[in-house]
Amino acid sequence: MSVSSLTTRPSWAKLPRRQMPVLATLALLLVMYGIGVSQYQAFSNVQVIFNIFIDNGFLLVIAVGMTFVILTGGIDLSVGSVAAMTAMVSAWLLQSGLPALLVLVIALLIGPLLGFLMGCAIHFFDIQPFIVTLAGMFFARGMCTFISNASIPITDGFWTTMSQYRIGDPRGNFVSVSVIVAFVVVLVAAYVLAYTRLGRNVYAIGGNPQSALLMGLPLGRTRIAVYTISGLCAAIGGILLSFYTLSGAPLIAVGMELDVIAAVVIGGTVLTGGSGYVFGTVLGVLVLGVIQTLITFDGSLNSWWTKIVIGGLLFAFILLQRLIGIRYK
Amino acid sequence: MTDSRPVLTMTGISKSFPGVRALHDVDFRLFPGEVHALMGENGAGKSTLIKVLTGVYGIDEGVIILGDEQVAFSGPMQAAGAGVSTVYQEVNLCPNLSVAENIFIGREPRRFGAVHWAEVRRRARALLTRLDLDIDVTAPVASYSLAVQQMVAIARAIDVRAQVLILDEPTSSLDAGEVEQLFRIMRQLRDEGIAILFVTHFLDQVYRIADRITVLRNGTLVGEYPTAELPQLALVEKMIGKDLDVLERIEEQPRPELATLEEGTPFVEVSQLSRRGAVAPFSLTIHAGEVVGLAGLLGSGRTEVARLFFGADRADHGDVAVSGEPASLRNPVQAINQGIGFCSENRRAEGIIPDLTVRENMILAMQAARGWLRRIPRRRQDELVDKYIKALSIRPANPDMPVRNLSGGNQQKVLLARWLITEPRLLILDEPTRGIDIGAKAEIQKLVVQLSDGGMAVLFISAELEEVLRLSHKIAVMRDREMVAHLVNDDTVDADRVMQTIATGTQREEANQ
Amino acid sequence: MSDANLRLRTLVGHRLFWPVAVLVAMLAANTIYRPGFLAIEVNNGHLYGTPIDILRLSAPLILVALGMTLVISTGGIDLSVGSICAISGAIACLYISEAPDQNNLGMVFTALAMALGVALVLGAWNGVLVSIIGIQPIIATLILMVAGRGLAQLITEGQIITINSGPYRAIGLGHFLTLPLAIFIALGAALLIAAFTRRTALGMIVESVGGNREASRLAGIRSGRVVFLVYVVSAACAAIAGFMITANVSSADGNAAGLWVELDAILAVVIGGTSLAGGRFYLSGTILGALIIQTLTTSVYAMNISPQTALLFKAVVVIAVCLIQAPAFRAKFGRRRRGTPPPPAPSPQRQKEEVPA
Repeated sequence: MSVSSLTTRPSWAKLPRRQMPVLATLALLLVMYGIGVSQYQAFSNVQVIFNIFIDNGFLLVIAVGMTFVILTGGIDLSVGSVAAMTAMVSAWLLQSGLPALLVLVIALLIGPLLGFLMGCAIHFFDIQPFIVTLAGMFFARGMCTFISNASIPITDGFWTTMSQYRIGDPRGNFVSVSVIVAFVVVLVAAYVLAYTRLGRNVYAIGGNPQSALLMGLPLGRTRIAVYTISGLCAAIGGILLSFYTLSGAPLIAVGMELDVIAAVVIGGTVLTGGSGYVFGTVLGVLVLGVIQTLITFDGSLNSWWTKIVIGGLLFAFILLQRLIGIRYK
Repeated sequence: MTDSRPVLTMTGISKSFPGVRALHDVDFRLFPGEVHALMGENGAGKSTLIKVLTGVYGIDEGVIILGDEQVAFSGPMQAAGAGVSTVYQEVNLCPNLSVAENIFIGREPRRFGAVHWAEVRRRARALLTRLDLDIDVTAPVASYSLAVQQMVAIARAIDVRAQVLILDEPTSSLDAGEVEQLFRIMRQLRDEGIAILFVTHFLDQVYRIADRITVLRNGTLVGEYPTAELPQLALVEKMIGKDLDVLERIEEQPRPELATLEEGTPFVEVSQLSRRGAVAPFSLTIHAGEVVGLAGLLGSGRTEVARLFFGADRADHGDVAVSGEPASLRNPVQAINQGIGFCSENRRAEGIIPDLTVRENMILAMQAARGWLRRIPRRRQDELVDKYIKALSIRPANPDMPVRNLSGGNQQKVLLARWLITEPRLLILDEPTRGIDIGAKAEIQKLVVQLSDGGMAVLFISAELEEVLRLSHKIAVMRDREMVAHLVNDDTVDADRVMQTIATGTQREEANQ
Repeated sequence: MSDANLRLRTLVGHRLFWPVAVLVAMLAANTIYRPGFLAIEVNNGHLYGTPIDILRLSAPLILVALGMTLVISTGGIDLSVGSICAISGAIACLYISEAPDQNNLGMVFTALAMALGVALVLGAWNGVLVSIIGIQPIIATLILMVAGRGLAQLITEGQIITINSGPYRAIGLGHFLTLPLAIFIALGAALLIAAFTRRTALGMIVESVGGNREASRLAGIRSGRVVFLVYVVSAACAAIAGFMITANVSSADGNAAGLWVELDAILAVVIGGTSLAGGRFYLSGTILGALIIQTLTTSVYAMNISPQTALLFKAVVVIAVCLIQAPAFRAKFGRRRRGTPPPPAPSPQRQKEEVPA
């Protein structure tokens, strides 16, 4: 008998199936952008797209970290609070006169450290990620107000430069430093996921943790690593947030974890793990950004429509994932 | 084969778990370039032997020599590194990853620290070509059939320069063509000098592929035989054993003659019931007061038949009549409403609710049938529970203890009680005596006799032939997912005859009459 | 082993021991810090004092947590309760605010019925997603968690709807038999749920489905219906909690009402001893858990620490409780520390299952 008869599906059906969620997101994005351009003249301005990146750079970075966690089948509720805490700590340390570089290093260490501890609790004590990162979220948010009840402004030269520096073309279109940082993070993450053993182990564990273990993959190390990476991304996001707002505020980014999770899911990453791309997450963040921009342009629609539309999209994409049966388990 | 030296020698292996001696003084050898079948019924110690070999468990006594060195692996990974690779029954691959990646993950070829994908794909193709498998290595494993997945797992196993390849029931979910494909690859690997340890429940396959057979029973070695010198009947005898143990002492009670039982309308009659991949079409009638035994080896389709009767799985085809009326048994609720109860062989996963108490586990089926609004009054609960704790002598006799704290035998009795409380007209017992002590075993057997005397129909499944013979009025024999014979359990039927049927599948004609 | 020792061990082993101990310890610490903490005074025939406040303020959390207990018992989770609180509060307040006479009792009841009806529909939505479509509970309810906030703001049109309705206000601040009415509502709901689950067989069936879904199916339980039902009950509880929260301040804020209450509720359930994996549930434990959380919040307020900083303490409590309950943690540290004999060795059958093969 011929071997090809053993395959269950013709090969042409295979490829789009896996990429379908991402393609759906891409299509959605193009449709929404098309609507924007056809309805509002100003929408076709390139700067509109750049602004979406500028306004959502920190979200993108945090969503990249969340992509790692969700790919293993976990979840990290702490990211919004960790970002806020990072911004808060930076503002506080700068206020107390520490040099900018040192502040940057310290601020960037706190997030990964918390992520590492959470990963350890999840792995060694077998407590659900949901609960552990919930505690992490409480802790980080608590630290924010512990540092200060009020917003701390940042006046440091490095920070203000970073905040105001524009990288543009001669026609006046520009992006901020945050956008560049976000793109670097995206590229590094995409490389790690596609070309390193760590990245491949992330996918393997999300696909089937028992198999991964029997194949001799380092389950614990990888799990702890993804929460550490998520913490690092949240910290970078927090720094970008402080560039963006030039302050550390105790109540900033409340509920951001939901936007981040929504962006990752809309970007085609399956919440049960094992399937998804950083590129999809970029699209997911863009979808959220375009929705916000459209609603701003419209003027008659109110901001709460954003949430309703995001909820609707979440439903549509989860249903799509269910229908095409990406849940391998 | 005797001219070469064994690649693997296990001598005097013993392994105990608390309360159970899983292996006792077992010897096992494996020669390069042979397919060696490891045979035995449930609890014989096959999987324990594989696990001590691959280092999942440590051994209490004995020596394992691989090549020239004594080894004690810390786990499957270390074993694989030393050349002992295992492919498990449930394919252990990551379904979302590509074929190539599944073969190499954890030891991908790298260049400048990055995974060298072109090299991964090239080597995967080369490896699969060696296995004569021409598939797209970039497609996710999940898009291929189980057979291909199985072969991908084998490819992964042999890439680490395997000397010994353990295939643990690789064929249990493959169809005939897929099995052939797998065998071709096994022969090829054998010819390349790899020693293959093959565990299966399919007798036919053993005789088609294996060069040598080792039989285990109850954790001890029965013997090692060249396949050619061990007829199928002898193999079945060695696997099942003929020890007429303590159970024989159940006093023979006068039993109603089958002819009298079969006078009326059968309680349930199924014809040409089947389910793809589980069991070929079969027909069976069960009368009130009748004990129908299902004999056959593990994996022969016994459990699948039981599940179809109870609606635990849906049948693809076939008709069911209950008390002469056409009926539908498409889910457990329907079956229960028709008066059918089912004790699963898988007590832990499909039977007990470990958190709940003995009482709650017992009344669960009855309560489910009544609906949650009509709670069984506490007094009635106490009556029922006390009655069955006494009748089945459940220990400890504490209805409020979580059932997970009970021993296996007592859990089994709790499940029996769960169904007896619903006063079923047909009780399906799938391996009710497996893994429980002799005393409890005898009690359960006695109970089956009592129940059938009281007019209940029983479908009784057991791997122990003696038990089936002793209890059943008639016996349906299963072989390789097919019901090959219906035997009336009269004086002409004995263990030998049933074993012969299991071994050869003859009397098929009789079955179709 | 001595008799007293045995008795002590039985006591410590009781499932409510640790929650009660934590609550008592917190009350004691508060009393030491502020001797007047436990004082209750009578004013206008009503009782006042910090303990009464704790009871009153914990009422909404108790309600939400009760519904959550049932959901978690089936092995699920309901993240949408906060949003449902906000929606139901918003609907009730909107209806009342547009009524000619805000103090009309019948009108208030109509408002409550309407809001409750919407909440039931939302609960049914969750139930359908989980039990029929088969989406993981955490994801299914995430949808409404996100969209529900938007819906609540849509209802209030982004404003804070202020009302001036005596009967509605009474839900949050009214008194009955010298005690705040909210306490009685929470107590009533608790008794109702206890009666519904323990006087009927519902509780056992919920636990059975959460404990072993396949075995329950084979015992003839239609688990889909049970799962659907618990999400509806959870939404109903959340709706009533939403009434209380909005009645407390006589206004509905689609953004803030019931914010993070789902997290507190999950926490209360876990502290109360119900496992997130499903199975046995303990309503009394959940109530204790809710009281612990509220006591923590109140005491932190009393110490003039900002409510946000209270989250720090909450984080510590969460981790401590989860660690105490985590089998892996007990196995690693419990044996050594307490010097108790090792647990009975697992039977070989169990080992077989634990080793993936």
